[in-house]
Amino acid sequence: MMLAQFNLGEVGLTHYLMLAALLFVCGLVTILTKRNAIGILIGVELVLNAANVNLVAFNRFSHGAAAGGVLLSGQVFAVFVIVLAAAEAAVALAIFLNFYNNFSTIDVERASNLKG
Amino acid sequence: MSSEAVLFYAFGGLAAASAVVVVASRNIVRMAVALLFALGGVAGLYFLLAAEFLAAVQLVIYAGGTLILIVFGVMLTSKSPFTRLQPRPIEVGIALGIGTLLLAVLVSGILLADCAGAFASEPLPADQGYPMQTLGQALLGDFLLPFELVSVLLLVVMIGAAYLAKARRRPE
Repeated sequence: MMLAQFNLGEVGLTHYLMLAALLFVCGLVTILTKRNAIGILIGVELVLNAANVNLVAFNRFSHGAAAGGVLLSGQVFAVFVIVLAAAEAAVALAIFLNFYNNFSTIDVERASNLKG
Repeated sequence: MSSEAVLFYAFGGLAAASAVVVVASRNIVRMAVALLFALGGVAGLYFLLAAEFLAAVQLVIYAGGTLILIVFGVMLTSKSPFTRLQPRPIEVGIALGIGTLLLAVLVSGILLADCAGAFASEPLPADQGYPMQTLGQALLGDFLLPFELVSVLLLVVMIGAAYLAKARRRPE
């Protein structure tokens, strides 16, 4: 079995993927452990950033030629992810404010009205 | 070690350390500040990946917009800045177990993946970077439909967020 090249001195695609994996796991653990709803939102932002690092790194290391010259799909996807993250944060914070107005707390453990 | 490697370890280390602080901190304000540094580190990585436009967008929208939104959310939803919501120890244990397992799977997957055919080991030379007009042409050419859909989505989000966050008197 061949291992991918992992040379500490020379930065390659593998380095970026490793870093993105670490960011993703940090974001996931944040989502799982925080009881503050805004903490969960911060975890989601970390996860989205990890995905973006992957997209841009794959874009940088793929040499296929698009119709117009260079291949740019990864960067375009990353732009859309950033836009969606901003939109998601706005809606999520509006929902949290509503939640806080109704329950006087931001603890997600208390949001159990729909629990069977 | 090349200067690119040094910069990669600087920015990547900043992002990774800040992400770990986000996980470890119990104070929501500290988490927000650590997120700022993580976003800045990722923006530096975009510069290293020759995505200057994305780096600028990351700094302006994420660090400048989304983070301010989060800080405002923190200010509007906490009675005291020192309120801490402690998670249950068993939940922390389960989450850390899942995280460690996932990290192990991801790292071994990355190391075992055979990207030799699909991806080059060397990046595109710097002089063949990504000029910004190419990105603009891609957004208004190949990606015109998602671009327009995103504009509609932003309008919907703006109206929806304003409606949801509207101050409403609680029924007594």
